[in-house]
Amino acid sequence: MSQRSHNRSTLTRLAIFAVAMFGFGFALVPFYRAICEVTGLNNFIKPDAPLNTQVDTSRWITVELDANTRGLPWSFAPRQRSVRVHPGQLVQVVYEVRNDSASPIAGQAIPSYGPRIAAGYFRKMECFCFQKQELAPGEVRQMPVVFVVDPELPKDVATVTLSYTFFELNGATPKPAGNGVSG
Amino acid sequence: MSTAVHDHPHGHDDHAHHPSGLARYLTTTNHKDIGTMYLWFSFAMFLTGGVMALVIRAELFQPGLQVVNPDFFNQMTTLHGLIMVFGAIMPAFVGFANWQIPMMIGAPDMAFPRLNNWSFWLLPPAALLLVTSLFVPGGAAAAGWTLYPPLTVQMGMGMDLAIFAVHILGMSSILGSINIITTLLNMRAPGMTLMKMPLFCWTWLITAYLLLAAMPVLAGAVTMILTDRHFGTHFFNPAGGGDPVLFQHIFWFFGHPEVYIIAIPAFGVISQVIPAFSRKPLFGYTSMVYATASIAILSFIVWAHHMYTTGMPVQAQLFFMYATSLIAVPTGVKVFNWVATMWKGSLSFETPMLFAIGFLFLFTIGGFTGLVLAIVPIDIQLHDTYYVVAHFHYVMVAGALFAAFAGVYFWIPKWTGRMYDETLGKWHFWLSFIFFNMAFFVQHFLGLAGMPRRIPDYALQFADFNMVSSIGAFGFGLAQLLFLYVVVKCIRSGEQAPAKAWEGADTLEWTHLPSPAPYHSFETPPMVK
Repeated sequence: MSQRSHNRSTLTRLAIFAVAMFGFGFALVPFYRAICEVTGLNNFIKPDAPLNTQVDTSRWITVELDANTRGLPWSFAPRQRSVRVHPGQLVQVVYEVRNDSASPIAGQAIPSYGPRIAAGYFRKMECFCFQKQELAPGEVRQMPVVFVVDPELPKDVATVTLSYTFFELNGATPKPAGNGVSG
Repeated sequence: MSTAVHDHPHGHDDHAHHPSGLARYLTTTNHKDIGTMYLWFSFAMFLTGGVMALVIRAELFQPGLQVVNPDFFNQMTTLHGLIMVFGAIMPAFVGFANWQIPMMIGAPDMAFPRLNNWSFWLLPPAALLLVTSLFVPGGAAAAGWTLYPPLTVQMGMGMDLAIFAVHILGMSSILGSINIITTLLNMRAPGMTLMKMPLFCWTWLITAYLLLAAMPVLAGAVTMILTDRHFGTHFFNPAGGGDPVLFQHIFWFFGHPEVYIIAIPAFGVISQVIPAFSRKPLFGYTSMVYATASIAILSFIVWAHHMYTTGMPVQAQLFFMYATSLIAVPTGVKVFNWVATMWKGSLSFETPMLFAIGFLFLFTIGGFTGLVLAIVPIDIQLHDTYYVVAHFHYVMVAGALFAAFAGVYFWIPKWTGRMYDETLGKWHFWLSFIFFNMAFFVQHFLGLAGMPRRIPDYALQFADFNMVSSIGAFGFGLAQLLFLYVVVKCIRSGEQAPAKAWEGADTLEWTHLPSPAPYHSFETPPMVK
């Protein structure tokens, strides 16, 4: 093989390798999600498995409820500012959201917790954050959250803040939430 | 390494048929012209990024906000990082590769000369995008060179310009790497087996593969940011189920190999300089090759040591801690080999050797602080403090940049046919060495005491060390103007250099080519035994 065609075949192989690595970068996205799914990390918007445990009546936890919106014209608030619960007790709270605009909008709520360590002990069986919410103009919706605080929660945590932020999902033509690849 | 060579220097005339002036450089396909352009480009970027560093140090000279507003400060830290990494250090070593690889393996030019021209000319537009992004509404990208979302998803159009610049720089690196690998694999002189290549060529072969594997991943990551910003995807945007931490994983999958993309060619330069001035062959050539390859392979499984504080499971932290610590083994092999090369050698201390020894001292310090940061419980304390800043400047500046200086002083007699001013060269070394340590050694203390990085103001107890650091930084910056003077003086009025400018240098460019190296060299390949 001549030097020239030899070089060309090397070039082709290396170029294919570079393109494959570009694809590999994108392949890391589903791979990361699969790892999170398998290991149970980052499990914020999926229902937790019910917790079969004793209610620890000797202990009170104050769960403060918080609500925010970001970039969409909705009124969003919990029906009560806080609840006092025993660890292990099944609790239901209700959030209320209203679309103040004149057009239908889809949004996705993302939960977060304070202190951060509490996130691993806060188990939601039912939550409006598990799917996107589409609201017609002026529509009001009552949305329940059912949760259990794991009795394993470290003893020095007496107050847990559950905070939701609603984000807009691409105007009135929302795409499925929860899979960032096509979403 | 020593290559026994048994034919005589070719008496090439400089029978170059090329246009003159600007057209020569726009259209050139000559590896020496392109190497020269890479080196001057990287020096210009070095000064640009350096001025930005001085803006940062001027602001940090005293506590409080005196010189710039915090947003501009953030733009400076971001652009300083991007410009130094992608505009200064990486192109500098590609410049060395262009000049040296064909001459060191006895090839007439790079494998794809036109592609080579294009690889270079992609760089100026990218640099222009980065610099002009300072003047668009909202200013330049200000999220740090690591471009973490959610900040990068929120910023103004300066961010888009930075993303395009990274795309173009990445494309340039990929094309350059393809060229270098093809040249090294297919165009070696007869008799030069892979294990007879000068170590500089080996380090570039390995680096080019690293670039080819890592740069496309970075291109993918910034593409995802771009589509998150403008095309409604949610890779990193939590609102749509994305995850900002995912970006950190993808970025550092590129980012840690990137550290070695910068360091490994520096190892190559040092592995040429130290034997030449010790007048001994490199100690442990084979182990050097294997150590370099091990570092390169390990670099792909340690990325998350940049992310210990993101809330990883303990098992993952342990894995990345042990894997990272493992890199100390091949790196130690290299450092000990360099020291063993010097052991009982007939040492002389011309400027290239001074920079090489300076590299050896300071890079080892940088390596050790890296090992400290690899330890999870310590890193959680030191994460995002000035200790990290001190660490990577010991590796990037005293490591890569000092090696680049060593390389320029070592090879400039071959490039220009003239000798640099040895006294001024030594001044440049000592000023750089002293001011570098003044600027960065104290930053270890600041970091240990808890001063966070990338913040324009600081608590009063950090004031003294910051003042020392700023004085050191300005001294270091000014010393580089002396370097420019030394180089220009050498090109204009340096003394005539002999073909073999250094007694202990034994690679093909010294033994087979006159100084300056003719425009076309090794049209007939030399025989290497």
